[in-house]
Amino acid sequence: MNTEYKELERKAVEIRKKLLQMIFNAKSGHTGGALSSVDILTTLFFHTMNYHSDKPGWSDRDRFILSKGHSVEGYYCVLAEAGFFPKEVLDTYGKFQSILAGHPTRKVPGVELNSGALGHGLSVGVGMALAAKMDHKKNRVFVLMGDGEQGEGSVMEAANSAGHNRLDNLTAIIDRNFLQISGHTESVMSLESLSSRWKAYHWHVDEANGNNIEELAGLLDTYPVETGKPHLVIAYTIKGRGVSFIENRAEWHHKVPSAEQMEQAIEELNKMLK
Amino acid sequence: MESDNIPCRQAFTDKLLELAKKDRDIIAVTTDARGSVTLNQFAEVLPDQFVEVGIAEQNAIGVGAGLALSGKKPFVCGPACFYSARSYEQVKVDVAYTRTNVKIIAVSGGVSYGALGSTHHSLNDIAAMRVLPDMTVILPCDVHQTGILTEVLTHFDGPVYVRMGRGAVPEVYTKDNAVFEIGKANLLLEGKDVALIGTGETVYHCLQAAGELKKSGISACVIDMHTVKPLDTDILRNAALKTGRIVTVEEHHVFGGLGSAVAEWVVQNCNIPVKILGFPDENAVHGSSGELFAYYGLDSKGICKSVREIFNRRKDYTSKHLQKGNN
Repeated sequence: MNTEYKELERKAVEIRKKLLQMIFNAKSGHTGGALSSVDILTTLFFHTMNYHSDKPGWSDRDRFILSKGHSVEGYYCVLAEAGFFPKEVLDTYGKFQSILAGHPTRKVPGVELNSGALGHGLSVGVGMALAAKMDHKKNRVFVLMGDGEQGEGSVMEAANSAGHNRLDNLTAIIDRNFLQISGHTESVMSLESLSSRWKAYHWHVDEANGNNIEELAGLLDTYPVETGKPHLVIAYTIKGRGVSFIENRAEWHHKVPSAEQMEQAIEELNKMLK
Repeated sequence: MESDNIPCRQAFTDKLLELAKKDRDIIAVTTDARGSVTLNQFAEVLPDQFVEVGIAEQNAIGVGAGLALSGKKPFVCGPACFYSARSYEQVKVDVAYTRTNVKIIAVSGGVSYGALGSTHHSLNDIAAMRVLPDMTVILPCDVHQTGILTEVLTHFDGPVYVRMGRGAVPEVYTKDNAVFEIGKANLLLEGKDVALIGTGETVYHCLQAAGELKKSGISACVIDMHTVKPLDTDILRNAALKTGRIVTVEEHHVFGGLGSAVAEWVVQNCNIPVKILGFPDENAVHGSSGELFAYYGLDSKGICKSVREIFNRRKDYTSKHLQKGNN
């Protein structure tokens, strides 16, 4: 593995430690999904996307929408790390009148859309991708969704319109960790074959290990991946990735670690840094 | 008189096309409703500024928000009954909460679709939209006002819900005297005994009623409250002070709409009788728009009847209280 990816992996571990600390301090947060999506966010913000954090409104920037708005803690950490706001602000998470709410809002520099209600982000991404096409701009639009979120019919409305409009500047990523709040996705409401669904809407579909930054980076670097087709990456992740007792457990969707669990979690994550 | 049989939606699209030719950021988004909205010409003349999303209102609102967040000026157009209900969460989150510059042009509102029944009526949209923070709610009453409103909207940065009807409507204004400022209601007729406050198509009926009432010695002032939110409380104050009685008339249920907005202000600022005319707590009976207006007492005859009922009520506000400026 080259140095860049090693460095990004270390960064992702540090973000995991920080987001757990935020959730622990606030006694609130979406622990499992935040941990599963950290590598995707790290890849996008520190490898793939073009933006200037000192000019968040730069019109040619690549756009990112966290449609699974509940995985917000990792997102805040990534935005702070990218320089959109001072890292000290992260310590206000969960506090009265903090700009860092439990779901993203545009009060936070770098956030493009107030999200938190599922099934909204892709439509907004379609609008952004259409606007870029209208203006002959080269910027790309990325939307990160949850796998449970695929239950929302509005996602399919958006997927259909992206394929119809040949939006090859749009990339959707599904954080495919197979768990939603009530249990395994396929027992709550089956999603498979996800790939076939999206192909039917004229998307180019790739599958990847969503906790492997090098693999994600390779897939996301290619642009457009297929002319005239929007790009879906089904990113297979482990919910709770990085902490043994959180991994793959539905009950950790929004469970907050105890002091002892925090200690163990940090210890495990520190081992990943060695 | 009816203005050359052009409905407000046509006045809107004519003006929008004219403006969009000069401003390529103006985008029309619709949901298989280009005929219903009268956007066919726009789609033909400016295909690059026209977005069709098919029958998918949720997606249309989200797409509109995305366009706005990229600097476009989207006008998302389609039937009011669907935009005020099917896509309500997208309106709440992607438009109002995110405060995107999306104009929702909700046509064929109220009972415009008449005989098509309650699936196609929007008698709850004013209520639904005005409770959203940052949402502006406007109902133009004729083609002249709609034309000016359309231009105003292209310069106004923020979420707006505009509801207009389906059929051609009589003129309230002329081409020369039509004025429109968001949040500033128009006093159409001075009067001292009762204030008739309408919005959208009911404004015309209020004017007609005022003419009838005058014959029996009742002097009614008429207010075109085209913007239901933010409500023009200055004009309300003046009307309350001068007449001591208010009758609101709207093509909407009697709860949550214009009448409620007016009553909310009155009950907290002065104690005068308010009569709210609109559709009761039931699904409207089968009939055309005109038949329903008559049946539910929203035409001139019905308004006059209601005014006479309340006319002898006590004027128990104190002008002194109002003049103190408690609003």
